[in-house]
Amino acid sequence: MKPAPFVHHAPRSVEEAVDVLAQVGHDGKVLAGGQSLIPILNMRLASPGHLVDINRVAGLDRVEVRDGDVRVGALVRHAELEHHEGAYAALPLLRQALVNVAHPAIRNRGTTVGSIAHADAAGEMPAILALTEGVVEAAGPRGTREISPADFFLGALETCLAEDELAVAVRFPRFSPGTATAFAESARRHGDYAMAGVAAAVTVVDGVITDARTSFVSVTDVPSVLDLTEVLGGSEPADADWAAAAEVVRGHVEPEADIHATADYRRMLAGELARRVLAQAAQNAATTKGSSH
Amino acid sequence: MTTQMFGAPIRRKEDPRLLTGGGRYLDDLGQHALAAAFVRSPHAHARITDIDVTDAVDVGGIVAIYTWEDLPGKVAEPLPLLIPHPTLTHGRTGYALARDEVNHVGEPVVMVVATDRYLAEDACQRIRVDYELLPVVVGIENARDGAHLVHEDAPGNVAAHMVQETGDVEAALATAPHTLTLDLAIERSACMPMEGKGVYARWNDEDGELRIYSSTQTSTGVRAAVAAKLELPLAKVECIAPDVGGGFGVKIMHPWPEEVLVPWAARLLKREVKWAEDRREHFISSAHERGQLQKVTVGFDDEGRVLGLDVKFWHDNGAYTPYGIIVPIITSTQLLGPYKPGAYRCEFWSLYTNTVLVTPYRGAGRPQGVFAMERTMDAIADYLDLDRAEVRSRNFILPEEMPYDHGLLFQDGRPLKYDSGDFPASLDKLKKLVGWDDFEAYRAEAEAEGRKVGLGIGCYVEGTGVGPYEGGHITIETSGRVNVATGLTTQGQGHQTAFAQIVAQELGVPIEDVHVTTGDTRKMPYAVGTFASRAAVMSGNAIALATRNVKAKALRIAADALEVSEDDLEIVDGVVQVKGAPTTSMPLGTVAVLSNPLRYAFDDAAKAATQFAGTFDPDKPPVADDEEPGLEGRDFYSPTQATFANGMHAAIVETDPVTAEIRILRYCVIHDCGTMINPMIVEGQVHGGVAQGVGGALYERMAYDESGQLLNASFMDFLMPYASEVPHIEADHLETPSPLNPLGIKGAGEAGCIPVSAVIASAIEDAEGFPITSMPISPVELWELRQRHETGELPSLRHHHGQHQTAAAPSRDQEPTA
Ligand SMILES: Cc1cc2nc3c(=O)[nH]c(=O)nc-3n(C[C@H](O)[C@H](O)[C@H](O)COP(=O)(O)OP(=O)(O)OC[C@H]3O[C@@H](n4cnc5c(N)ncnc54)[C@H](O)[C@@H]3O)c2cc1C
Repeated sequence: MKPAPFVHHAPRSVEEAVDVLAQVGHDGKVLAGGQSLIPILNMRLASPGHLVDINRVAGLDRVEVRDGDVRVGALVRHAELEHHEGAYAALPLLRQALVNVAHPAIRNRGTTVGSIAHADAAGEMPAILALTEGVVEAAGPRGTREISPADFFLGALETCLAEDELAVAVRFPRFSPGTATAFAESARRHGDYAMAGVAAAVTVVDGVITDARTSFVSVTDVPSVLDLTEVLGGSEPADADWAAAAEVVRGHVEPEADIHATADYRRMLAGELARRVLAQAAQNAATTKGSSH
Repeated sequence: MTTQMFGAPIRRKEDPRLLTGGGRYLDDLGQHALAAAFVRSPHAHARITDIDVTDAVDVGGIVAIYTWEDLPGKVAEPLPLLIPHPTLTHGRTGYALARDEVNHVGEPVVMVVATDRYLAEDACQRIRVDYELLPVVVGIENARDGAHLVHEDAPGNVAAHMVQETGDVEAALATAPHTLTLDLAIERSACMPMEGKGVYARWNDEDGELRIYSSTQTSTGVRAAVAAKLELPLAKVECIAPDVGGGFGVKIMHPWPEEVLVPWAARLLKREVKWAEDRREHFISSAHERGQLQKVTVGFDDEGRVLGLDVKFWHDNGAYTPYGIIVPIITSTQLLGPYKPGAYRCEFWSLYTNTVLVTPYRGAGRPQGVFAMERTMDAIADYLDLDRAEVRSRNFILPEEMPYDHGLLFQDGRPLKYDSGDFPASLDKLKKLVGWDDFEAYRAEAEAEGRKVGLGIGCYVEGTGVGPYEGGHITIETSGRVNVATGLTTQGQGHQTAFAQIVAQELGVPIEDVHVTTGDTRKMPYAVGTFASRAAVMSGNAIALATRNVKAKALRIAADALEVSEDDLEIVDGVVQVKGAPTTSMPLGTVAVLSNPLRYAFDDAAKAATQFAGTFDPDKPPVADDEEPGLEGRDFYSPTQATFANGMHAAIVETDPVTAEIRILRYCVIHDCGTMINPMIVEGQVHGGVAQGVGGALYERMAYDESGQLLNASFMDFLMPYASEVPHIEADHLETPSPLNPLGIKGAGEAGCIPVSAVIASAIEDAEGFPITSMPISPVELWELRQRHETGELPSLRHHHGQHQTAAAPSRDQEPTA
């Protein structure tokens, strides 16, 4: 469990990082918090010749709470975002999801942007990026570009980032007034990658659901958003047909089996968790009357 | 007397050091040693056809590459079969490096020695081994079926077949008013100490001496085994267990291939060599335990009293049997727990599979046995619609029946004879602690809220402190420092504290003055090892006896010097004084000075012992004929049999009606390990044991696929419970002293984990209303059982007390006979 030899690069700026990435091409890997990459290297599941360690790059460690969104730099650790009061006030869903990402020790080092760049179907934050209809900001030799989740996630552990591109930040847009969110997942042990997880955002205006959406952890191979407004819209939270929504969810997800759970079980879980988080979000949206909690 | 030390819940002396990074574990040693790494078999069963190392020799820093062909003499012979047994007719052991066949994924094939571990692993990656694949045997059913063989010369994959019987089971079952048959299964798990194995060897070429450090539970065992393999005089080999980060059984197995190879390479290369196991290696090349299939037939009367018990089980022993059949023997004997089984027969087959070998893991066969017995007790209760605790109590061995001889042989080859225990009192305490009689009210309340809860119970008896012996050695220095050595090893149990408490109490010295060394063959060459919950019983009593010897000597010398009678002396806070007249006194350090007549004074204290100091009787030799110099004492404790601890656990679980997620709401423990040296340490042991038990009940399994690949060989997929999965443990104790040893103590090391699978199965069954026959159980498995129950494939309990009872399905597996 020792990695194969590699060259360690420690650029100080985004430009320098991108330069090195361009030089080493497919033999290079960005190293952020290392919480996914280092185990892969130690088990020799990958042996890149060059690690481009971005931990010394200036300017990537900021959480910015802005009018329309929360912008998270590439070196912001999960723990920092989780505990950021401004971010929580603007978008409670961030903390609701982040407390489910591994354990505190891992959240102290792992980065939120890194987890999105890693694009694990079992990661929480890709699903949150999707539900918020967020943006990935990427820098490369050809300049910077902004990428939507739908374009960014190509498959499990696969994104549209080029070898020489660095994700410098992600932006999580705020929800419209009257929206509340909830997140739930079921893992074999607390903090493990979930067997299934569901994030929900429900908007209630004048006591009636006007918008309801969910995104998923571990049961779709790329984070996708399921719009349930057709099923739930127009109902009051007290008598919305959650069972019908759960049925649509079970039809939507495409879980796979592994040693921890069968596909059928995960499908059931996704439906049940969706029922719970939708009801909870709707309840919160109705009672907090227009605040975004 | 000094402050009461024996029995006091004092904090562990070793913790500040261990918790602040002061521990010295195997990999902290030998920073400049060469590093070993191994090419291990990627196949579960294959013939080695070729090994090509040419690509590896170019890797910088490579010092040596070895295959079986390079091994000389005894190093090339199979590893020892440590515990032979007459029924182990087809015992097999592996080689230090595979010779021509591999029998499980992870078996070592090539050893690489390099200047560091990174380079050694680089070289390993470049070594090509060609294999011809052989049919793979995975799982007990396949092994039993015998269509393919692990070892060609072990027909039916049977390593051992053993039957023990007392009474006429056939007749008892034939005449019993009721009989039931249960088919049960328990999965594999493993010790998973935080620190893996490791060996570091230093060869002193000038003196022809070898020093081995091993992360072992038996340094005397490793020393003897390596000396034999390397054909070295025992006097030229020493073995030290440094701080060891957990063992739980896997490190009592020895010698591991690496324990032979690393010292051998160190001698050959005349360099220090070290190997520290990594986690993946630990998963695929150490040891596992637990896997069994069981069939229980029980005959009982209308009151639920067991009249006859017929148990058959099939035990998965993995690829080899170096540790013999200790685990299934323990299952077959400890299954009986606190009960009288009437006539009893137990028959088992120990079977080979192409998987990691099986050696004792904390509990060592007991969790499986207790599972069989306790499932049976619950089945009887359900069958007769009796209270589950009541059925148990009707079958208890009563205190007035102690000592109770089961008429069987235990794992030490000695009679299975319980020395003491008060099972009715334990059950009583447990029922009060968990609120047994109020549970139905709680269940009704929970059901009103749409929640499903269940109550479970499990009882066990644990034979602890098996022989043959351990020793204690005490020396008191002129400073008053008390050095204590015992040969068995320590891996986090708190021995430095518990043993010091015994010495402080027996001798009358402050505990701060007592310094305990374990597992160092230089300090105590006679020892067996730490396993079978034996350290406190064996070394504890040996140390007490040794302390009594040294105390007697101290009093003799002091009596002489103070010109009083020994009987008038006592030792308080390290000072020998006249009872009632403490001004006539002498510190123990001074007694130590007097005990060792000196020619040379090297410090002030020593002056007093030199030839021209003080007065002496010119007609007596400086050292009396029947004395030895020095304030030293040594003794051994060797009991005729094990001492039997016991305990009873109860749990309340909640199962999610939709997702089948399982939560332990309460976990209650009553534990009786005789007289306690330190209740806080005992409680810690119980907590740790329960945590491992919870792992075995709800989380851990070895996910082998049919080709013998272990799919979850990492902590990401092998689910040890975190703190978040371990319930708060409510524990209470009963102290029924053992009549067998001077201190009245029984072992406590394994207790906590033994009944947990039985208890959780009992509780889930109670919540769900259908039988739970296989552990561990995960949410997805429970969810699938519910579906099978709904379709009628799985029968309901006959008399379930929750609302989820379905009408159909009259019986369990078998209708009553006769
Ligand atoms: C025991 C354990 C449990 C875990 N449990 C969970 C869990 O439940 N949920 C969960 O979501 N995660 C979990 N993780 C993973 C954790 O969240 C990681 O932090 C995250 O996956 C990756 O972030 P990182 O900063 O550590 O990235 P790294 O490990 O440094 O990198 C991961 C990958 O992303 C690439 N990368 C990183 N940053 C960038 C960037 N800025 N631009 C381009 N590419 C980049 C790297 O090249 C690499 O391929 C767990 C990790 C561990 C060790």
